Amino acid sequence: MVNKTQKTAHISTENLNLWFDDNHVLKDINIPIYDKKVTAMIGPSGCGKSTMLRCFNRMNDLIPGCKIKGKVNLYDQNIYDSKVDVTDVRTKVGMVFQRPNPFPKSIYKNVAYGLKVRGEKKAKIDELVEKSLKDAWLWDEVKDRLHESAFSLSGGQQQRLCIARALANNPEILLLDEPTSALDPQSTAKIEELCLELKNKVTILIVTHNIAQAGRISDYTAFIFLGELVEFAPTKEMFTVPKDSRTEQYLSGAFG
Amino acid sequence: MTNIRKLKSSIGINLLRLFILLTVFFLFLFLYVIFAKGGSVVSWEFLTESPKRFMTEGGIYPAIVGTFWLTVLSIGFALPLGIFTAIFMTSYAKPYWLVRIVRVAINTLAGVPSIIYGLFGLTVFVRLFNFGVSLLSGALTLGVLALPVIINASEEAIRSVPGDFRDASLALGATKRQTILRVILPTALPNILTGAIISIGRVAGETAPIMFTAATFYTRLLPKSAMDEVMALPYHIYALMTEGAHPAKQVPMAYGTAVVLLALVLLVSTVAIVIRYRIRKKRKW
Repeated sequence: MVNKTQKTAHISTENLNLWFDDNHVLKDINIPIYDKKVTAMIGPSGCGKSTMLRCFNRMNDLIPGCKIKGKVNLYDQNIYDSKVDVTDVRTKVGMVFQRPNPFPKSIYKNVAYGLKVRGEKKAKIDELVEKSLKDAWLWDEVKDRLHESAFSLSGGQQQRLCIARALANNPEILLLDEPTSALDPQSTAKIEELCLELKNKVTILIVTHNIAQAGRISDYTAFIFLGELVEFAPTKEMFTVPKDSRTEQYLSGAFG
Repeated sequence: MTNIRKLKSSIGINLLRLFILLTVFFLFLFLYVIFAKGGSVVSWEFLTESPKRFMTEGGIYPAIVGTFWLTVLSIGFALPLGIFTAIFMTSYAKPYWLVRIVRVAINTLAGVPSIIYGLFGLTVFVRLFNFGVSLLSGALTLGVLALPVIINASEEAIRSVPGDFRDASLALGATKRQTILRVILPTALPNILTGAIISIGRVAGETAPIMFTAATFYTRLLPKSAMDEVMALPYHIYALMTEGAHPAKQVPMAYGTAVVLLALVLLVSTVAIVIRYRIRKKRKW
């Protein structure tokens, strides 16, 4: 395990346990996510990696029967503290889902949504919509049709729209839940490049079932298996000399 | 073997065709009967004048106005109430057994004969609330009658909004209330309107609920306020067919009134369908 004191973690978990009813899904997870880095979470289907991702912006709160123990610290603030406003957490920690899920609204309104619910002024919204679309590399493709339905875009464009929508909130952290699993190879490559660009501005945490993708874009990798964090290390280190035999087997394709 | 299967499928398809033709046949027969017997009565005077000489001459203008206002007011009352109930049931109501009881209550209400709504309206709105026999009492009674259909349609519509949209909205830091008002309701609205459209037809055509609560046999006057009695098309048909002393003149007028009622329902529904179409076009996905 990486020594936590060597760098400050942007967000980290402390003995995080999660149950869905009686099903113990996450077991004593301690993981630091470092500032302005890409951290990938890999593991076989059903290992709990997506569930873990959703702990970082409290999306699991919505699932009935979900029980959480332990802490998730954004710097030194536990986001599960009863004083914390959950909408605040979700503004600071943006999320992009597995399937592109734009609203049935115009491209513009999709990006403006987070700003509107916080009551931003029109001029500020206009400015941030443009900036966010540029940051998500979508501006040139949509600048002439901002008021058309978001569903007129291709799947890859829709996913970049969802990234732009999340960026408009000016988040510190971006959670990506298998963002390319529904996309063709070209769109996937574009989003991977985009991640590398975005990590200059935000901390990125990405769940992927694609080991090669983790290798291409992440600085750190966490291997999760049966609800446990088996190994967490700089990606290069883990991919060349995994410490745990289960990590080695998974990376070599023995299961998964 | 294949021949038998082909034969079976061709028999099946042709049976289905026959059933469709039967349905269409009854629809056309229905329209033919009504129009053949009533079409010739409908004229400009019929639409714009009050009844004269014990309803043997003149028109049905007060009844058109009465039915129009009864329909508009009752839907105006039932639609918001139904939508809010559906929002509560889909998004807030806990625990589960409470929701189930409410749902059983709604489905039971949907099956209650309309004459019983009439008695209910008489007791509650006319007497208890002291609204008297009035447009208001009738509209509220009809509204209660339409409520189960509107609640069910709204609930169905809200449940069919993809969970993805809700997740996306919450993940962007919206509150639950904002998510419902800005994403879920606008997406569900076209299907909610479908429920409203069905209710319009039902409400406009009901006779029993307004018999004791709103309708009057005969008035030359238009309602000046919601507290006035009104004439209504379905009740006017009933009156012409049962109470008339001159059936030879009054029966054709009853069919003519039926033609107007059908046209009115069609007109109001068309407006609602156009609104729904516009919303759908704006929010396609």
